Amino acid sequence: MSHETSTAPEQATRTEIPATHPAPVIAVSGLSKRYDSGFEALKRIDLEIQRGEIFALLGPNGAGKTTLISIICGLVNASAGSVLIDGHDNVSDYRAARAKIGLVPQELTSDAFENVWNTVRFSRGLFGRKPDKAHIEQVLKALSLWDKRKNKLITLSGGMKRRVLIAKALAHEPEILFLDEPTAGVDVELRRDMWEVVRELRSSGVTIILTTHYIEEAEEMADRIGVINRGEIVLVREKAALMRQLGSKQLTLQLQKPLASVPPALARYPLSLADDGNVLVYTYDSHDTDSGDRVAISTLLNEIEAAGIRFKDLHTKQSSLEEIFVNLVRERQ
Amino acid sequence: MNLQAVSAIYSFEMARAGRTLLQSLVSPVISTSLYFVVFGAAIGSRIQEVEGVSYGAFIVPGLIMLMLLTQSVSNASFGIFFPKFTGTIYEVLSAPISYFEIVLGYVGAAASKSAILGLVILATANFFVDLHIQHPFMMLLFLVLTAITFSLLGFIIGIWADSFEKLQLVPLLIITPLTFLGGSFYAIDMLPPFWQAVTLANPVVYLVSGFRWSFYGISDVNIIASLVMVGVFLAVSLAIISWIFRTGYRLRP
Repeated sequence: MSHETSTAPEQATRTEIPATHPAPVIAVSGLSKRYDSGFEALKRIDLEIQRGEIFALLGPNGAGKTTLISIICGLVNASAGSVLIDGHDNVSDYRAARAKIGLVPQELTSDAFENVWNTVRFSRGLFGRKPDKAHIEQVLKALSLWDKRKNKLITLSGGMKRRVLIAKALAHEPEILFLDEPTAGVDVELRRDMWEVVRELRSSGVTIILTTHYIEEAEEMADRIGVINRGEIVLVREKAALMRQLGSKQLTLQLQKPLASVPPALARYPLSLADDGNVLVYTYDSHDTDSGDRVAISTLLNEIEAAGIRFKDLHTKQSSLEEIFVNLVRERQ
Repeated sequence: MNLQAVSAIYSFEMARAGRTLLQSLVSPVISTSLYFVVFGAAIGSRIQEVEGVSYGAFIVPGLIMLMLLTQSVSNASFGIFFPKFTGTIYEVLSAPISYFEIVLGYVGAAASKSAILGLVILATANFFVDLHIQHPFMMLLFLVLTAITFSLLGFIIGIWADSFEKLQLVPLLIITPLTFLGGSFYAIDMLPPFWQAVTLANPVVYLVSGFRWSFYGISDVNIIASLVMVGVFLAVSLAIISWIFRTGYRLRP
């Protein structure tokens, strides 16, 4: 079963970019990273991020998500390959490249004894922007931090610290925002708030790249989804395309006697045999109207009876993004 | 040049000193005063003049140097170690800022703090002993150059250290002994001939000697040798820092 669900995304390993898209805002090519320990965190990654999209990078722990982000943002040196940020090489032209990026790291780091306002103001200055109280006020208000602006960071809860990190990343008005596991360990309410902020940012033209291992988050937010595993990008697809795949359902029949091949009488159905002919699998699209579907299945079952095929059990199942993801990841191991 | 960033780091670091005023200013002033009470007044009154200078006055340049070295190193090492320790360093590394600007911000702030501290101690000393400075310009030059050089050293230690223990190791085991044995409290020729020769291998001797010369015109070693030594220190520290940034050592894996 796992094979059927994973073959389709496998074919889509290449990035799908419609010809009408302008130049990508981030172009990663041939990016590799081998740490001094010998660990190969990234293996010749190619990835393009389009301007204004929300891109979700999915992957299990240790897949290379954070290493990839760290190289793009300048925290880690690449072993090979290049990164262009809006046309600027992130090493030779690092000033122009980095000025466009805001980074919200995974770890909740903070200058414990500094207050919210000062730490956000510091971030803006660090990125070379002139002080702008109005902008910082706006950022703090958008993140419900305004009332806490005079509080020391050490007194804030984890969720509030996460907001402060986002405020710091937005202080210099970046065009690209990286959110590394933004909702890890965050309560439901804050997660919703954060999604709202991300949507507002996107509507103001900011490109957003988020890493997560929550599938729902990718489903909820992303325009495109990339899956990374063991340092390799294994899939990049439009979320809509993936959702269509999500819609595919399977009817599985456990046969009493194995079949050598699908009988010609049933050739018009997309049927396939599995498990040495002991299992008959019917794949169909649940997005078809329910009634049409039901008729199709009952018709199919009648025709299977008529063809003299006896089955001892049957079940249906809908593949989820999680399943696609798990299968992809398992297959590569 | 990203001056906004340099100024952001600089003022952030200065503000940190402001928050910890007790530790960064009051405590060195108190400990220096204690030195004056013990060495200057209590013991010093029984010690004869050294090369025509009362003992209390003689130890002033050495004491300022002692504080200058230890405070520069601890200020600068902590300034860069702490963000590394808490993880907030990510922001500096991802900012559009050059290595030179990072050093300028952190080391500039640490050097400013210890130079100010040096002047405060000088003013404190003025309460205890009668001070006259023969070469005020040279005095300031030594003060500032030493503050910068040892803040650079502290910056290196802060990057190298991966634990609080290591952070304390170099200041405790190297800087403090070298300073105490660097002629802060005595003239070199008060030592037996063998130790006089050994002590010339101690770089701090040249700093203390030069600094004392700017006060009283007396020195253990030639003033030119002192200036050259500060220059060598500065050059070595700068070379190590440029190597650190070139290789990403302990900052960018």
